[in-house]
Parts: sequence; C-alpha cells; structure tokens
Amino acid sequence: MTASGTFGFGEEYEDFIDISALGGIVVKGTTLHHREGNPYPRMAETASGMLNAVGLQNKGVDYFVENIYPRIKHYDTGIFVNVSGSTIEEYVQTAEKLNDLEKIPGIELNISCPNVKEGGMSFGVHCPSAIAVTSAVRDVYKGHLMVKLSPNVTDVTEMARGVEGAGADSISLINTLLGMAINAEKRRPLLSTITGGLSGPCIKPVALRMVWQVYNAVKIPIIGMGGIMNATDAIEFMLAGSTAIQVGTANFIDPTISVKIIEGIKEYMQRHNITDVNSLIGGMLID
Amino acid sequence: MKKRVELFTVTRNRRINNEYIVLYAKPDGKLPDIAPGEFVEIKVENGPNTFLRRPISIHEVNKDSNEMLLLIQEVGEGTRLMVDLQPGDKLDLIYPLGNSFTVPKRGKMLLVGGGVGVAPLLILGRRLREEGAEVNFLLGARNREILMDLTDYKQYGPIGVTTEDGSAGVKGFVTDHPLLKERLKDMDRVYTCGPDAMMRAVATAAKGAGIACEVSLENMMACGFGACLCCVVETKSGNKNTCTEGPVFNIEDLKGW
Repeated sequence: MTASGTFGFGEEYEDFIDISALGGIVVKGTTLHHREGNPYPRMAETASGMLNAVGLQNKGVDYFVENIYPRIKHYDTGIFVNVSGSTIEEYVQTAEKLNDLEKIPGIELNISCPNVKEGGMSFGVHCPSAIAVTSAVRDVYKGHLMVKLSPNVTDVTEMARGVEGAGADSISLINTLLGMAINAEKRRPLLSTITGGLSGPCIKPVALRMVWQVYNAVKIPIIGMGGIMNATDAIEFMLAGSTAIQVGTANFIDPTISVKIIEGIKEYMQRHNITDVNSLIGGMLID
Repeated sequence: MKKRVELFTVTRNRRINNEYIVLYAKPDGKLPDIAPGEFVEIKVENGPNTFLRRPISIHEVNKDSNEMLLLIQEVGEGTRLMVDLQPGDKLDLIYPLGNSFTVPKRGKMLLVGGGVGVAPLLILGRRLREEGAEVNFLLGARNREILMDLTDYKQYGPIGVTTEDGSAGVKGFVTDHPLLKERLKDMDRVYTCGPDAMMRAVATAAKGAGIACEVSLENMMACGFGACLCCVVETKSGNKNTCTEGPVFNIEDLKGW
C-alpha cells in the first residue's frame, strides 16, 4: 500500500505507474471541513529523512465524495481514506459520509497527526481518547476500520490493545515522529510550526521495534510503515509482524518505488522458495 | 506532457565561474518538447544529507543534439555533488515538471534574473524570439566574478547588467537599473526569476507601472509533482502547489505580492 499524505489521491502518480498494480492506496488525510493547512515552510530535509508540517491541507470530505471519488473509483485497488478530525463528532461525521462509497473498502483513522494544533495526535497519545474515538467511529462505520497509531507515546502496545478492544479491524503504524530542525546561521526554525513530523529511513529502526511490540500485543493485522525505501525494508516489516506494509516518503524520491517493492518481494520469495507471502508475517527467527 | 523518471547521461560539464556550471545531459530516447519555466527533480546520489531530490530549472534544450542544459550553482552538499558530475555520469531525473511562462507572439518583454535565477530566462528568451516578441534581459549578480556568461543570451536581445559592487554594469540591484527605473513603462510584460526579495522588488515596480508580471518561485518541495503539499504558496484563491500549479505565477494571483 502507499501511505497517506505521500500519494495524493493516486492521480499524482498516474504518469509513473499503474495504480491498479498496487495492493492499496491510502489517500490524503480528509477532514469534515476544508483545511488550508499550515503556513509555508512546511518541509525540511534532515539526515536520512525529512520533516513535514503540512497540517492536513484538504478540501473536506464532501469535496472528496463529490469530486475526487468519481475520478479515482476506477482504480482496481483498495482505496482507503485517511480520516482525521478535531473532535470525536467530526471523526464520526466524516466516517459516516464515506460509508456508502462502493469502492472504498475501509478508512484509516488518523489519531496520530502531529501537525495540527487541536485534535489529531492528542487522540493518539492518550489511551482513553483513542478508545473513545475508535469506538465512536466503529459504531457508525460499516467498512474496514484501520487505526493509525502515533509513535509519540510511552507504550505503543497500550494504545494498540485499546483500539483493538474498541473495535479496530487493523492497526497501521507508525505515523511520523515529532521532531524539529533549526538553521543555526539564522537562529530560526526551519518549519513555520517549529515542530513537525519526521519520516524517512531515519525512523525505520523505531518503526520496526514498534511493529514487533504491537505484533506481540494484539491479534488484529498490522500494517507496518516507517522509512521503507525498498523491498528488503518491506520484508523486514513483515518479519517483524506486518500483514501489509505502506510506503510513504520513498514515493517522493522515486514515484515508481511502490511497484518496484512488489516485484522485489516476489523476487525474495522465489530466492527463498516461499510460496505463501503470509508465512513471512512475524517470521523473524529468534534463537 | 507526461511526467517521467529517466536516466540521462552527462555529455558535458561547462564551468561558467567559481560558483556556476552548466550540465549538458541527454536521455536514451528523444527529448520531449520542453516549455520555458519547466523544471526537473534531480536525484543526488550518496550521503544521508542529500536524501531528497533537488528541483532545478531547465536552462535550455538543444533539439539537434538532444541535450538538456541545467545551470547549477554550488550552494550546498547536493549541488556540490552535481557540480562534480563528468561526461558519462548518469543523472536520474523526474521531468518535465511544473507550468511555464506565457509566450505571446508580440510585444516588448523584459526578462529579469538574479543569481542562478537567470537559468530559465535563456530558454524563455529563445521561445519569445521564435514566436516574434522583442526580448530585453536584465541580469543581476553579486559581482563580476559570478556573473553569468552572457554569450548565449546575447543572441536573443540586448542585456542590461547590474552587480552589487559595481564591478560590471550598473552598480546596485536590478531595480537600480534604468531598464526598471525609467524604461519599464515601454514594456508589455515582465518575467522574473531569482531571490525572493529581488522578485518582490521587480513585482512592485511592474505593479507600479501597470505592467503584467510573471514570477518563477523556488519554494522548497519534497516531491515536485503535487503529492507532498509542502511547496504551497498563498494565492487569492487559496494555497496552490508551486510544483504543479507553478512555479510560474502571475503576481495578480499571489497574496501579499
């Protein structure tokens, strides 16, 4: 799959790849109302990664349903909508509006965006809030409910168990790590919001560790992500316990990387005489 | 034009001065049509500090030799690696990206560039002349040592020059040159690319004279093709992506210009 916020609505990649070749796409974070996002600058390059502070810029769920969905519903792939909000009620109303879209098999509940002042990550770093928003959405949403967890917590397994108990069908992790960057010469922050979300290969070891911990804590499937740049990285996430993986920041550097990763996984399976890719899930060998 | 990821081969590295080089590179197949103002995203190999691609304006294309020319100024680790590229080296490009400058068939055009911002003005000057418009360049630099080689520009129109220390042309900024101070009212359209402060000063002058002005912005971006939403600029109709809805904007559409 491709990760939300790095793949637009799929259309941005149509020149480069066949979107239908992918297992799924998670489209840009969608909220109940239109959001302009944060002021520029929203991005800073860091060692083996980048910080972003886009701030959930989007035109709102109604615009998605009326204008974008009709354009992308022909993709023969699982189209998941990443849903965010400032209040539980906003999450619930947004999810309800996506209920009847035939080609949207599920939503990814974003309780981990570090770039909005209110809501977002505050739901994902406080267990009772995470449970409350998950169960409220579960009550109204009929499709697959994936909940995206934040790494900015003391114990990610507590959050994972909480949302599993609240009715999540799967867990995706990790969202970006909260970080910041400063220009020493100018003595100024590089992002307009000062802090932002760190992504890219620099976060991969943290992400792998969290996937492994969550794999040992819950029964529902895990969609692992965090710095996946190639097929080997993807396989590592599967060995740590991911049923599926999402590719994020790597799409910016190579817009064809997602299909290359699929090919690379097939090649790995052939080389290791593996016929069922599911046998890789949690397949790390420990003496 | 369909965007693509393609491996180019460097054919020439032409040193302009201590800071600038022009890279000549060609793809295996035929170069598509390139419009003035479009850019490429270059993948810089090696090093954790050059993780993202670098957006670089297309300086010129040579259809006969099937070469694309990129003007590169050494400013950081990424551009330092590019400046060292030699004939035979590979260059991984995503292109063509962005929109392009308006190319009318007639009228007096003033093309104002500062620093490495002079890059897209060469292909723009050629295209304007091909269509029948009159081209005037105004190019600024810090000093004579890093002034762009003017040879290629000369074939399309007269060139006014400014340097901050007065070592070449008029001393000062481009806005101190008679072309902007006195003769702007004779122009039909101004195009500008360069440092933000310079473009804003040019835009203010154009606005004052009631002349249409297009600017090419250089906002930082992660992808270059509309996915990351990092390079937004505030316009009168909300945030727009510099990479897909720009980099060229009419100043009338921009907020705060």
